[in-house]
Amino acid sequence: MSKVIEGLLYSESHEWVKVEGNIAVIGVSDFAQSEMGDITYVDMPDVDDEVTKGEDFGALESVKASSELYSPVSGTVVEVNEELEDAPEKVNEDAYENWIIKVEMSDETELEGLMDAAAYAEMTK
Amino acid sequence: MKYYDKLIFELSREGRTGYSLPKASASAAIPAELSRESALPLPEVSEVDVVRHYTNLSQMNFGVDTGFYPLGSCTMKYNPKINEEIANMPAFAGLHPLDDQLPGVDMVYDEMDKALAAITGMKHFTFKPCAGAHGELTGLMIMKQYHQNRGDLARTKVIVPDSAHGTNPASAAVCGFDIVEVKSNAAGLVDVEDLKPLLGPEIAGIMMTNPNTLGLFEKDIKEIAALVHECGGLLYYDGANMNPLLGMVRPGDMGFDIMHLNLHKTFSTPHGGGGPGSGPVGVCERLAHLLPADIQNRVPAIPGEEKVGSVSGFHGNFGIILRAYTYILMLGRENVKMAGKLATLGANYIKESLKDAYKLPIPTVCKHEFVFDGLIDDGSATGKHGATTLDVAKRLLDFGFHAPTIYFPLLFHQALMIEPTETESKETLDEFIDVMHKIAAEAAQDPDILHSAPHNAPISRPDETTAARKPILKYQDETL
Repeated sequence: MSKVIEGLLYSESHEWVKVEGNIAVIGVSDFAQSEMGDITYVDMPDVDDEVTKGEDFGALESVKASSELYSPVSGTVVEVNEELEDAPEKVNEDAYENWIIKVEMSDETELEGLMDAAAYAEMTK
Repeated sequence: MKYYDKLIFELSREGRTGYSLPKASASAAIPAELSRESALPLPEVSEVDVVRHYTNLSQMNFGVDTGFYPLGSCTMKYNPKINEEIANMPAFAGLHPLDDQLPGVDMVYDEMDKALAAITGMKHFTFKPCAGAHGELTGLMIMKQYHQNRGDLARTKVIVPDSAHGTNPASAAVCGFDIVEVKSNAAGLVDVEDLKPLLGPEIAGIMMTNPNTLGLFEKDIKEIAALVHECGGLLYYDGANMNPLLGMVRPGDMGFDIMHLNLHKTFSTPHGGGGPGSGPVGVCERLAHLLPADIQNRVPAIPGEEKVGSVSGFHGNFGIILRAYTYILMLGRENVKMAGKLATLGANYIKESLKDAYKLPIPTVCKHEFVFDGLIDDGSATGKHGATTLDVAKRLLDFGFHAPTIYFPLLFHQALMIEPTETESKETLDEFIDVMHKIAAEAAQDPDILHSAPHNAPISRPDETTAARKPILKYQDETL
């Protein structure tokens, strides 16, 4: 059973969002990392890039597969987790501690369509 | 098997040579600023070192000449040696690509165009694409050009089934299209009801493989073709799975407008390292004038209608086209039909013989290949960690078989995709079935035997994770 954390919002494509003011901290769920297997590369956007809800902003590559990352919100990338460039395995070690990007949201109402921990746990059961 | 993994640089000893060259007489003509100051760090080895090195490496290889190679989706059929004999005739092997007065070569292209048109129901083919994915890209460029020539610039999306070969969405993306996914239904076929709402004025076309990657014939193809054409889109046929239909059913008759063939699959030319590949693209009559221009100018342009640009130099991979031409001539019109029938018979024989031990998610009659979804009893009942599809594939190596395709298509978690091809005897199929049963029994009793497989291969399980995270891509002599 994979880990789901209370207080985060989740998308159907297995990203999580932690809301800090108008900043969305985005990563992938524990379920996603365990399905992917050993992650070998995290493809991330650049700071100042625009992301759109539902569209891809990067990708995770593992020995098994490559999987796109879909943005749960729209906005501007304000920070990327550069640590993951040299140490993609951190996503496997703790998918919630190791966020991928931070986005300044342009429309906070987009958060309303995301799942809470209970709903996401139910979906990945 | 003897383990051998040396690089030729590691055999190098200073001053050792296996050749002698005449004294240079032209060195004075090379300007000083262009001549090398130190020798290239090439390996210094004797002739016997070179011969043993490459012979040892070649013996570490596994190919269709060594044993059964049921790699689903890849059609690893035997490559008849007559193909090589013809391609190695000095009159062909010694051709120069700049020589454009070659009536014999022109004839091979003409005859191949006619043969492939007859087999597929297309009007004309271009032989320029040098691989299947290259063919897909060329075909999509034709699709795009068709819409552009009509001034219809709104068609930016290509529909791809969720069971498609990964190259389909990749080629469409490279060609600048957005991808829309259509779902499969419970029977493993494209869901027509899911397709209908996706169709509209933004759709450039759909890419389909038939039979699809589950080895199932898309029986609704006529309806799908009518729907896609009605919305103004075109149908692209991914010819990777053409083998079972050879001489029996034609993509052109199903309603496809553009297609590629993998000569290195369906037409028995070598794969990959033994390649190169070849992915001729065929089109229906209304698109023929869009094919890239070739030296023979087989399909002239129509004034005012822009063609697709050249996608490769010269004649494409002529040696491969010649091998495929030889294959078609050797089979002849009647025997071409037997290839698909025997491939289909072999695949169904394996499927029915193994479904007591492996999960068969879609139990209908398959074409040339089929997909299991892992073991029925993976041994987890013994309290141990259950054996996965990867473990089964690794264990197969111990018995001298190449592994099937694993974890594709993505519709199932433990996909194991088996394609025997028509060139295998019943004895070979029976041997494979026996081994697969043996592996299933091992898994049920003690899955650890599978976790640590292969036991008989020169290396067991390479550390793919570290190789991917920290790749070393070139030889570097630390002492230099």
